[in-house]
Amino acid sequence: MEDRKERAFQDKIDAELKIEPKDWMPGKYRKHLIRQISQHAHSEIIGMQPEGNWITRAPSLRAKMVLIAKVQDEAGHGLYLYSATETLGITRNELINQLQTGKAKYSNIFNYPTLTWADVGAIGWLVDGAAIVNQQSLRRTSYGPYSRAMIRICKEESFHHRQGYEIMSKMALGTTEQQEMAQDALDRWWWPSLMMFGPHDSDSAHTSNAMQWKIKRETNDDLRQVFVDRAVKQAELIGLTIPDSELKWDPKNKNYDFGKIDWNEFWEVVNGNGFCNKERINNHVKAHEEGKWVRDAAIAYAEKNKNGARA
Amino acid sequence: MRNDNLPVWEVFVQPKTGAHFEHCGSVHATDKEMALQNARELYTRRKEGSCIWVVKAEDIVSSNPNDSESFFDPADDKVYRYPTFFKVSKKVKGL
Repeated sequence: MEDRKERAFQDKIDAELKIEPKDWMPGKYRKHLIRQISQHAHSEIIGMQPEGNWITRAPSLRAKMVLIAKVQDEAGHGLYLYSATETLGITRNELINQLQTGKAKYSNIFNYPTLTWADVGAIGWLVDGAAIVNQQSLRRTSYGPYSRAMIRICKEESFHHRQGYEIMSKMALGTTEQQEMAQDALDRWWWPSLMMFGPHDSDSAHTSNAMQWKIKRETNDDLRQVFVDRAVKQAELIGLTIPDSELKWDPKNKNYDFGKIDWNEFWEVVNGNGFCNKERINNHVKAHEEGKWVRDAAIAYAEKNKNGARA
Repeated sequence: MRNDNLPVWEVFVQPKTGAHFEHCGSVHATDKEMALQNARELYTRRKEGSCIWVVKAEDIVSSNPNDSESFFDPADDKVYRYPTFFKVSKKVKGL
């Protein structure tokens, strides 16, 4: 019985049909999705912090308005994704709890600090640039609500990417001090951005099922290569240097070969030893606790009005 | 600790006047007003809609996709509902 259902499920996926919340799905598929989509949602929410750090110090009113809109988008993206995760039968409270207790992860990149304004540019250009490569691929993911959230997010994300590149271009073509800041930001964000795609396919625990079920459509290494090829040319155009002495054009494969990624650093940060791991979660817990009276008041107000005309 | 899982509302947006309303996701809210405001902030930040519906998720009734074969089979054998069922001479125009 289970076997037959599982075969029908795989047939549907092979035929490029989407799986919807009420459809039968294997327990492991559901579990994998909850893990992946919620991790993605948590990344959007925690990702508001490194940039939010610069809102009050944005160098112009224009830059400030744009940055506020961008951070608001990140909140929106987090909510689209929580909404998609909840269709799998898990509540928002459980998801928040998993984040705050460390049971669920978020993208490692947000455990790095934003030291200068150029870092805001580097995040938009590199971090959002890497995220877009991944998200464009995920528009074709097999789970309907996840795919639809990705389509919506991709439409909005390219503004983020461009605002980051605009900041980097302006600084890279600015005063010597600004140029140094831009190069320094690139030096610090480049390698962590490459790590965003996750371990090499040969070392990734989650790749095989995810590919068979078409949750993931392309492998970590293929997506990373797409990102590198795009970013190298973009850096050249504004006169910045990618901090990789082994980077070179491979005429045979028509892509850039790049140096070795320091996976020790990656696992150190995943395991809680990054610059900002504690601060990010503490901030989230604090905001959540400080918002409790608002939620309580809203619930009390709704209960009070239950029998009245207003609720 | 009290359970502060706020009720889930499904959100439907009409992209422009005259168009169908389309489901686009959900929000959490304690009442209708908050549900509408949250839906506006979340799903129409870029003028994606001319009107929004919100409805409590628990009030939505859905057919079961696992039964869709039997549920929809009354439509299977009624090919005469399509214009192609009827043979008409090529000489006839405007039909």
